[in-house]
Amino acid sequence: MSFVAHLINGISLGSVYALIALGYTMVYGIAKMLNFAHGDVIMIGGYVVFVTASGLGINPLAAIIVSMAACTVLGVTIERVAYRPLRGASPLAVLITAIGVSYLLQNVALLVFGSDTKAFSNVVTLQNLELFDGQLIIKSVTIVTVIVSIIIMVGLTFFVKKTKIGRAMTAVSEDQGAAQLMGINVNGTIAVTFAIGSSLAAVAGVLLCSAYPSLTPYTGSMPGIKAFVAAVFGGIGSIPGAFIGGILLGVIENLSKAYISSQLADAIVFSILIIVLLVKPTGLLGKKALEKV
Amino acid sequence: MKKRMLSLVLAGVMTAAMLTGCGGSAGTDAGSTDGAAQESSDAAGETEAAEETPGEEAASDETAAEDGAAGDSAGGTFKIGGIGPLTGSYAVYGIAAMNGSQIAVDEINAAGGINGMTVELNFQDDETDSEKSVNAYNALKDWGVQVIDGCVTSACSIAVSAKTVEDNIFQLTPSGSAVECVANPNAFRVCFSDPNQGVASAQYIGEHGLATKVAVIYDSSDVYSSGIYEKFVAEAESQPFEIVTAGAFTADNKTDFSVQLQQAKDAGADLVFLPIYYNEAAMILKQASDMSFDVKFFGCDGLDGILGVKNFDASLTEGVMLLTPFAADATDDLTVKFVTTYKEKFNETPNQFAADGYDAIYTIKAAAEKAGITADMSNEEICAAMQTAMTEITVDGLTGEGITWDASGEPTKEPKAVVIKDGVYTAM
Amino acid sequence: MDMEMKVNKSKLSKTTKNDLITYGMVILTYIVVQLLVSTGHVSSLIQGLLVPFCTYVIVAVALNLTVGILGELSLGHAGFMCVGAFASAVFSLAFKDAMPSGLRFFLALLIGAAAAALVGFLVGIPVLRLRGDYLAIVTLAFGEIIKNIINVLYLGVDSRGVHFSMKDAISLHLEEDGVMLIKGAQGVTGTPNDSNFTVGVILILVTLFIVLNFIHSRTGRAVMSIRDNRIAAESVGINVTKYKLIAFTVSASLAGVAGVLYAHNLSTLNALPKNFGYNMSIMILVFVVLGGIGNIRGSIIAAVLLTLLPEVLRGLSDYRMLIYSIVLIAMMIFNWSPNAVFLRKRLRQKFLPGRKVEKEEA
Repeated sequence: MSFVAHLINGISLGSVYALIALGYTMVYGIAKMLNFAHGDVIMIGGYVVFVTASGLGINPLAAIIVSMAACTVLGVTIERVAYRPLRGASPLAVLITAIGVSYLLQNVALLVFGSDTKAFSNVVTLQNLELFDGQLIIKSVTIVTVIVSIIIMVGLTFFVKKTKIGRAMTAVSEDQGAAQLMGINVNGTIAVTFAIGSSLAAVAGVLLCSAYPSLTPYTGSMPGIKAFVAAVFGGIGSIPGAFIGGILLGVIENLSKAYISSQLADAIVFSILIIVLLVKPTGLLGKKALEKV
Repeated sequence: MKKRMLSLVLAGVMTAAMLTGCGGSAGTDAGSTDGAAQESSDAAGETEAAEETPGEEAASDETAAEDGAAGDSAGGTFKIGGIGPLTGSYAVYGIAAMNGSQIAVDEINAAGGINGMTVELNFQDDETDSEKSVNAYNALKDWGVQVIDGCVTSACSIAVSAKTVEDNIFQLTPSGSAVECVANPNAFRVCFSDPNQGVASAQYIGEHGLATKVAVIYDSSDVYSSGIYEKFVAEAESQPFEIVTAGAFTADNKTDFSVQLQQAKDAGADLVFLPIYYNEAAMILKQASDMSFDVKFFGCDGLDGILGVKNFDASLTEGVMLLTPFAADATDDLTVKFVTTYKEKFNETPNQFAADGYDAIYTIKAAAEKAGITADMSNEEICAAMQTAMTEITVDGLTGEGITWDASGEPTKEPKAVVIKDGVYTAM
Repeated sequence: MDMEMKVNKSKLSKTTKNDLITYGMVILTYIVVQLLVSTGHVSSLIQGLLVPFCTYVIVAVALNLTVGILGELSLGHAGFMCVGAFASAVFSLAFKDAMPSGLRFFLALLIGAAAAALVGFLVGIPVLRLRGDYLAIVTLAFGEIIKNIINVLYLGVDSRGVHFSMKDAISLHLEEDGVMLIKGAQGVTGTPNDSNFTVGVILILVTLFIVLNFIHSRTGRAVMSIRDNRIAAESVGINVTKYKLIAFTVSASLAGVAGVLYAHNLSTLNALPKNFGYNMSIMILVFVVLGGIGNIRGSIIAAVLLTLLPEVLRGLSDYRMLIYSIVLIAMMIFNWSPNAVFLRKRLRQKFLPGRKVEKEEA
């Protein structure tokens, strides 16, 4: 029984990673850049909901929409100001700018919201699911997070494969120059990618904070890096891969905490990542890149 | 070619930065948190003086101290330098200690200062990094610091105390609880040491028969938490309860406690000991309630502040016991006054770090008055006099009444056990 | 034939000249700083920063060997620094009173460098089979693993020998006379303070000597050929794995040297996310990228500049890290944005028309 409980807790953690990883993989897949600031956009999303729902007393669902809008604006602004000038420069330069943006967001939040922990009120007010006379409890927020992740995963896959903008995104990710020659607005497409990625970050922020209700300016950074690992695990750029990678990472982390060592859980998670990448160098569902000679 | 240009540009910027660096180090007065208007003109004058002869100030601390003193017309200024994390994930503790210290400084200045000297507090950020804390300390030295109020965290405190002992500067850490923090003769502390708390907690649980099966959840990457845990386990051997599980977590892994709680639940624990800070404890209480794990919780002073977490469901804290020297809800005059002022100024409920910071300043005041510190004394003289005075004073502070120190640097005070009832601390 | 010889010779002398400028820059800075210190013109803050400058310069140069010369992105160099720091700190603490400080520090250096080289070699074997971002994430993972393991490591020594645990200090069962060397998260406390600016500068010069000679050696050229075109290099019979491993191990070992310097500058050493986590690895990468990938001199300047910047901003108190991050973004855009590069080129053409021609000829 306790194994099942650990498993369910792992899925609960993993579903949050999955949700964040979807945003990561989306931006990486299209814009080919590691957006290290993604975790911090999540944190901002959490704060927006905190301020609007708990502070101003707006309905939580409306607050989520406000937060999505705010994060979309934020994401597009970051892309316009910090990343677009570097289009065509070394990917490393963009990576480091992303880190600068991450520091910036953290410190802005520190100045605006203060350093103290804010307790986030759970926006999912449904009843927890109790099985076997309460021996096994599945939190409603876990169920909601898993369902939301699946909806987003399916939605994104559909969007990228079937819509015009989605296909433009695929084209941009394949070859920016060629896409431009085909009349695709590369800058616009990447801006849309950031808009979608950032609004997903807002949703992830709300669910992350609902599951683990403490909000500080640094809330996003560690889940962000874990989600990034999850995205690589599943094959970065692959939308279903991000979901599977996230869930697996959460489960592995919790089971190794429970049965091996709670202190070495991170080392174990990272070791498994390394082993997976050595066996399958592009992650679980990653596409094998053709090597041009 | 491009690279060469880049190097040139960078070199240019660096030279510029170096120059501002030298000027800026004296100009750190701008960062001083002291609000007194008189100070700003004083600071400006000092910066000018320092720019004219930058070497003089840096060359020796005594000169710097005298420089500072000469600028003031009354009894001179007494420069206290604080060090703690103001940014980064531990910022909450540093900022609280800084705010608490600032309130004490303002009160003291309003009441006429220390021995007629105006107190000036300059609190520097160390990002909880030992290297940065030494940088912060050096910046304070350039400013002409006379006494160090820091560091807020243990590791930084140890790193800085290796430097203060060389420079003969008196150091009082408000909250550095590791044993080694006060290993040097010039270093003292306000808070309890870690072993002290671990032993006290185990004895309290044992003597009052609070539990027979105890689970511990602690942060193995945190010195404070693992320090208490070790002594708690050692003391538990001679107590009438057994430790059924000990679940560790690390700083990188402090949001999900389902595993540790599940293990405690499976082992049939009737009390969970939490030698951790309140942020994580709040999370643990929430997750325990989510999994219908109904158990007693017992914590140390790190748990104080849990009621101040904004928007936290206080009903979850019902029945939580903690051993703390400070309780924001206490009704004694001193605490009420401090909490009111703190809320007014910073719009937050003060936690134990704020109280430690406040007491640190008053302890410095008491020792300085006892030692008869005057503005024209050198840092060596101040340090030697303060060291002796520390063992002779008794301080009634927020974190304890009749606190005394011995030469080892450890305070003697009684921890108070409180239980949270109807959202307020109640003595046990 | 004659012509070719001439070109070769002039080229060689150019790189030598370039290297000499780098050495000269370091030595000159050292002399100037020492003069300023002795005449009392340097603030305590800057004096305290001198050793950290050296530490970060060495690790930046070391990483530049991996990123610039080998052409692989490593996000785990803080991990190698961490290994070097802990190995040497444990040694120095254990033999604190057993030998003179000069000899002890020298041995500590060798031990730190060797330990980091060993870990670098072991990490390099699997990692260097991967490419691009995947390689980066695996080095990041290794860095985190190293930090995580060191954080749960308990090491003590008593009359019965050396004890070791990965659980907690209690399980060591030390005798009364026992000494704790590593106390888990609390790390190593009481490391002797053996680092100073002179030692740091000597180590920078040694690092430069190793790296610059490596670049111009046969091995270095082989490594660069792999960077520029792996398949072509393979086809002319260069053993890709071997050369990659050599470069990576040298780079890791130099990072270990930086770690030794770091550990002996402070009396406490703990592996925090802040100093040995991925954040630090990224900071080192920032030095390299800002200074110019493959440009050793640029790394030196960038490392000093970026270590200095947050300290200079201390006067701004609350806004310090905010401004630091803005400056970082601005510098990246200024240095790397194609538009800014173009603008700089045009400005240069306008003001220095002669020099551009020279560049095109070269």
